[in-house]
Amino acid sequence: MRGGIGFWAGLCFTLLISAFLILPIFVSVIAGVTANQFIGISSGFTTRWLLDVWANYGGTVLLSLQIAFATLAITLMLGVPAAYVLARHAGVTARLIEEALVMPVAVPGLATALGLILAYGAVGGLRSSWFFILIGHVIFCLPFMLRAVLAVLLAIDLKRLEEAARACGATWAQRFFGVIVPNIRGGILAGSLMVVTLSLGEFNMTLLLHTPFTRTLPVGLADAYTALRTEMASAYTLIFFALIVPLLSGMQWVVSRMDQPGGSR
Amino acid sequence: MHDRLRAGLLIAPALAIFLAFFLIPLGYLAVAGGAGGYSAILTEPRFLRSLVSTLLVAAATTVITLFISTIMGLFLARVRFRGRSTLLALLTLPLAFPGVVVGYLVIMLAGRQGLIAEVSMALGGDRIVFAYSLAGLLLGYVYFSIPRTLLTLMAAAEKLDPRLEEAARSLGASPFGVLRDVLLPGIAPAMAAAGAICFATATGAFGTAFALASRIDVLPMVIYTEFTLQANLAVAAALSFLLGIATWAVLAVARGASGGAAA
Amino acid sequence: MSIAISLRNCGKTWPGGARGLLPIDMEITAGETLVLLGPSGCGKTTLLRLIAGLELPDDGGTVLFDGKEVTRLPIERRNVGMVFQSYALFPNMDVAANIGYGLRVRGIPKNETQKRVAEMLEMMRLTDFRHRRIDALSGGQRQRVALARAIAPRPQVLLLDEPLSALDARLRDQLRQEIDALLRALGITAIYVTHDQSEAMALGDRICVMEAGRIAQIGSGRDLYHNPANEFVAHFIGDANKNVVINGEVILRPEDLRLRPNPNGAFIITRVTFLGPVLRVMVRHDDGQELRADVPDDPSLQPGTQVEVILRKSSLMAAER
Repeated sequence: MRGGIGFWAGLCFTLLISAFLILPIFVSVIAGVTANQFIGISSGFTTRWLLDVWANYGGTVLLSLQIAFATLAITLMLGVPAAYVLARHAGVTARLIEEALVMPVAVPGLATALGLILAYGAVGGLRSSWFFILIGHVIFCLPFMLRAVLAVLLAIDLKRLEEAARACGATWAQRFFGVIVPNIRGGILAGSLMVVTLSLGEFNMTLLLHTPFTRTLPVGLADAYTALRTEMASAYTLIFFALIVPLLSGMQWVVSRMDQPGGSR
Repeated sequence: MHDRLRAGLLIAPALAIFLAFFLIPLGYLAVAGGAGGYSAILTEPRFLRSLVSTLLVAAATTVITLFISTIMGLFLARVRFRGRSTLLALLTLPLAFPGVVVGYLVIMLAGRQGLIAEVSMALGGDRIVFAYSLAGLLLGYVYFSIPRTLLTLMAAAEKLDPRLEEAARSLGASPFGVLRDVLLPGIAPAMAAAGAICFATATGAFGTAFALASRIDVLPMVIYTEFTLQANLAVAAALSFLLGIATWAVLAVARGASGGAAA
Repeated sequence: MSIAISLRNCGKTWPGGARGLLPIDMEITAGETLVLLGPSGCGKTTLLRLIAGLELPDDGGTVLFDGKEVTRLPIERRNVGMVFQSYALFPNMDVAANIGYGLRVRGIPKNETQKRVAEMLEMMRLTDFRHRRIDALSGGQRQRVALARAIAPRPQVLLLDEPLSALDARLRDQLRQEIDALLRALGITAIYVTHDQSEAMALGDRICVMEAGRIAQIGSGRDLYHNPANEFVAHFIGDANKNVVINGEVILRPEDLRLRPNPNGAFIITRVTFLGPVLRVMVRHDDGQELRADVPDDPSLQPGTQVEVILRKSSLMAAER
């Protein structure tokens, strides 16, 4: 079809949509480092906005990173063993549990957050602590960790590998950490990058869960978009991009390596 | 240690967290609405109006996204040209953007100082601004949904057996016939799955609407307003419980229909 | 160090109620190689997994290793070596690490482990491949790694679950000889599961033919061939499955028949196939019954020729019905 009218029409359409997706990102990035928004690029580049934003909102970035890595640690500890159990057991109970555990993805974060506030908003100092946000992020991110790990567990011959390790005399802990975990580390890594990316960008839930003392990056961004000038908002967005894009690229790299033959490790 | 006991111990922490911080809060949410909250939804026309406009925006988003992503997905899955992989990497960037950032990007594109406004003025026309209207919201939702949908449909198109297409052509099918009889039926399950996710996301997300400070009363915005500004907890709870059940049901049905391909 | 194995009343019923194995008794003497032979679904792998400790028998069944009960002892504590059908090598480890795994998890000192692994590599002609990744090995090499991994910890019993079924015919032949030599050299009690009767004949001191969850017959290959206990064994053991039962009483092997052209013979040749060593001839009796004969090449045997059938020797086998 190359060279035919179909190809060129397809290419034009694809490029047009790509421009729609990509151009705003460039415009925003450039606005964040342009000295004078009204004159344009000819006014030169500056790091002034970035520094200003960091001075005012640096705390939100640090809190978001803190929450993201805490979320990662907890979802790893909860999700990897749970995925192992779900991969090992084929029964109806296991499928029902799997259905239940992925439910939080299907329910809007707004609803989950409201429920959390109703149930636990009055418990001690929880409401004003960052743990409250952490709880929401764990609930929301756990399904993604579970799915990423489960997918790889189902792709390897888990039962056979484990039997082989048992035949060699390995105890459960020896085979879990010596055979299973090393063979699913691609899935664990993909799930981890996913969890950190999602936690860093989580807004639907966090907007309700946060307090003035626990503002995360996306909440700060929303505030900046309504309150600050374009160059500041853009600089702030640029900081977010700088955090999120390497994570996303890493995730794509891991997934593409897993697709290669013999690369599921 | 007994196998079942160990399995139970390993999955218990995840289940405990799920029960404590998802099911119980959802239970609170269900009852917090009370008879007053649920009856208010049915009687006050503005809630019904917002429900209708939410469903319409979500449906429009789904149709537009599926249309764009199907064309692009089939094209990108079947052709190879220089820069294709770079383009693909760029196209997946927005995957990680939360709705609130997408809203800002819509302002960059169609806001008062946006790209479209600048270009239209430079061409001697009026300053075109539509970021804060229904069109802007729709644009944001479509922006948000395209990368996800595109990836799903591309993967489905790449899995199609090329021999099916060759067989259809050997039997004399036109390009349109191949599209209608082979390609579209082949990716239909993926389209159903991706469409359902698209619909559910557009129904439940409000970052984009929030960033655009849009005047469109989509349901999540109404819930947020009722909760924070009006302190009308009963209605907010009732609305969000129904919203949660609805999006979950849409996804569950789609998953059943597509044989497990949807989230 | 080889041991005797006894099974008492060992049956296996699956959770759905299907009977994988009807209760059986079996004695395996120390150092012998017992082959479990049968079509798929006959229960041979279930029996192996009971002996391995990967499955529990139904209540009342016991497994004894040298008279000691091990029924409830899981495989990791039975000191058995097992070779799996699809190798089940650990993809995250190289060849040497796979072979040494059983030694490491037993906490054997590092220098001892290295020494034993080196021996195994040498014995299996894998020394040049010791740092290879598993997915960079050929099928035959993988099989040798799997064998080395199973015997490196010096198990009391070696269990092999269709170890050659994933290999092509020529390689299978070669590895079969290697395994045979290995089992003789180790003198270990071995249980070998296969559905291939020539593999069973080549390797087994005794062969246990299984059918539908029960033991059809146990005996040497010669026993099974010449004195099959029933029709199933007679059809399963033999060059091909199309031996013939006359009057439901007697089994004739095709190679025991001779054909002589005779215009008054009761048989007519319907088909002739030249197979190299023998000529395979199908003949039909006046009453419509068909027989197969494998005879020395003879150009006079052509389709349509009337023949008489002669028994080469006293090869009538009484068959239990």
